[in-house]
Amino acid sequence: MSSPDLLIIDKLVKRYDGLLATDDLSFSLREGELHAIIGPNGAGKTTLIKQLTGEIASDAGAIHFDGRPIRRLSEPARSHIGIARSFQITSLFPDFTVLENVMLAVQAHQGHSFRFWRATGKEERLIEPARALLDDMGMEDSADHLVAALSHGEQRQLEIAVALATKPKLLLLDEPMAGMSSEDSGHLVEILRRLKSRYSILLIEHDMDAVFSLADRITVLVYGRAIATGTPDEIRDNEEVRRAYLGEEA
Amino acid sequence: MTLLSPRVLINAALLLLLAALPFLTDMMGDSYYTGVTSRVLILAIAATSLNLLIGYGGMVSFGHAAYLGLGAYIVGIGAFHAIEDGIDWMLNGYYQLAATLILSALVALVIGAISLRTRGVYFIMITMAFAQMLYFTAVGIETYGGDDGLTIYSRSDMLGLIDLNDEKSLYYLIFFSFLAVLYLMHRLVGSRFGAVIRGSKSNEARMRAIGFSPYKYRLTAFIIAGTITGYAGFLMANLNDFVSPSMMHWTRSGDLIIMIVLGGIGNLFGPLYGTIAFMALEELLSSIPLTIGGLNVGEYWQIIFGPLLILVVLYARNGIDSFLPGTRERAK
Repeated sequence: MSSPDLLIIDKLVKRYDGLLATDDLSFSLREGELHAIIGPNGAGKTTLIKQLTGEIASDAGAIHFDGRPIRRLSEPARSHIGIARSFQITSLFPDFTVLENVMLAVQAHQGHSFRFWRATGKEERLIEPARALLDDMGMEDSADHLVAALSHGEQRQLEIAVALATKPKLLLLDEPMAGMSSEDSGHLVEILRRLKSRYSILLIEHDMDAVFSLADRITVLVYGRAIATGTPDEIRDNEEVRRAYLGEEA
Repeated sequence: MTLLSPRVLINAALLLLLAALPFLTDMMGDSYYTGVTSRVLILAIAATSLNLLIGYGGMVSFGHAAYLGLGAYIVGIGAFHAIEDGIDWMLNGYYQLAATLILSALVALVIGAISLRTRGVYFIMITMAFAQMLYFTAVGIETYGGDDGLTIYSRSDMLGLIDLNDEKSLYYLIFFSFLAVLYLMHRLVGSRFGAVIRGSKSNEARMRAIGFSPYKYRLTAFIIAGTITGYAGFLMANLNDFVSPSMMHWTRSGDLIIMIVLGGIGNLFGPLYGTIAFMALEELLSSIPLTIGGLNVGEYWQIIFGPLLILVVLYARNGIDSFLPGTRERAK
């Protein structure tokens, strides 16, 4: 029995100067599933994520999230209905500490921030959830370090922690393992495996071992178009996919 | 951070010195420096508020002197009508103050609402253009002296609560105003609001991704900074007994930015150090009794000041703050 769809993408189109980055793309993500998007470079994976978060506008088509159309919602508004993303190229607050990075994301979801007097450093309502998240990610020892002082692997982990701090229903992970050592990415796979049971996840990743071991379903994107969607086994056996993508790499 | 680090001690010593200054100059029998320091502190108020925008918020407003002029013109216009037309209430300092704060806030609201839709160089140019509009407006109003400015024949009447004609009283009003602004900034920067302002400077894309719309917070910061600087203008008019359009000229806005850069951007005490350094250098360099080929170096003191500023930007990115002992106070 399959869960209801949390995210439905319907005939989405994004053009860049005549280039179709997203070409009539349709697929859906079920509640609770980890859905991976794979495809060669330039297939339009990050462009898709940006349209889902609202960072860039689509030219046509529809996006439904949790039963409502969201294509016209602003990026911050989409964060508030439960969509969070991590960035392919680490995008944190480098001059803030690790804890402060997470606290800021927590703060974003505790009503308005027109609070001018009380020091955030003394606000348990911010600190406590942020610390809990860092504990959960095994980063409690780095809490007071500046982001700039973290290793690449830790920064990638913090990327996800910041996204989680917004209490999302849907996590959009844009190549979370990019540039990681195999040891670090092994660690991250374990974290994702745990997160899987708690969040619906759209995962973009080039690390095929990670994708095939984590994903419930996989959609293959080529030139902005979904050429196949299915379980890892189905994708592995799909002729068209082998030709278009996997075969090239093997 | 320990409470009594060398840095804290230096800052405290400076504040103590400023607190005792009128009495020290009394002892020296020369009150000249009380007036000069009053001026330094007023500019430090303006620079400190601008630091909220530039240092913490990354919004390089190049029209901040406009608010100084606004506040000063309200005192000037009030005194003008009180004396010329016998409208006594216009000399009332509280009315003048209320008008200053309300008008500066409104002007900042309008300028900010439009400018903050742009970024980078465009933001700099637009804020500067608005300030120049106010400058030329002041130049154009002949009633209030136009280009020549307006002499203020009567300082704001604070109804006996404080006598602004008394140099010491005025100094302490300015000094405690500066302390209040310093403390206000300290709270603001550390608050949730401050976290949004700093976060938006640090990484706006991420701010939007985690659910913040920075615009309204930036606009609020813009209004706060403008209002505080309007208040500084109110003080300045009472100190100088004179107001003219040149107070609002874009080069004055540039001076404020230079003060922040000299002192150390994004640092609570930076603007104070920067203002002191700026005024001291101006004083020192312009009195150099050196003449080269018939050219008096002191008259063109900027020739020396310019390269000095370049050296600071190149080799001491945090300005004077780089030279203070202890770790740099992190924006918190």
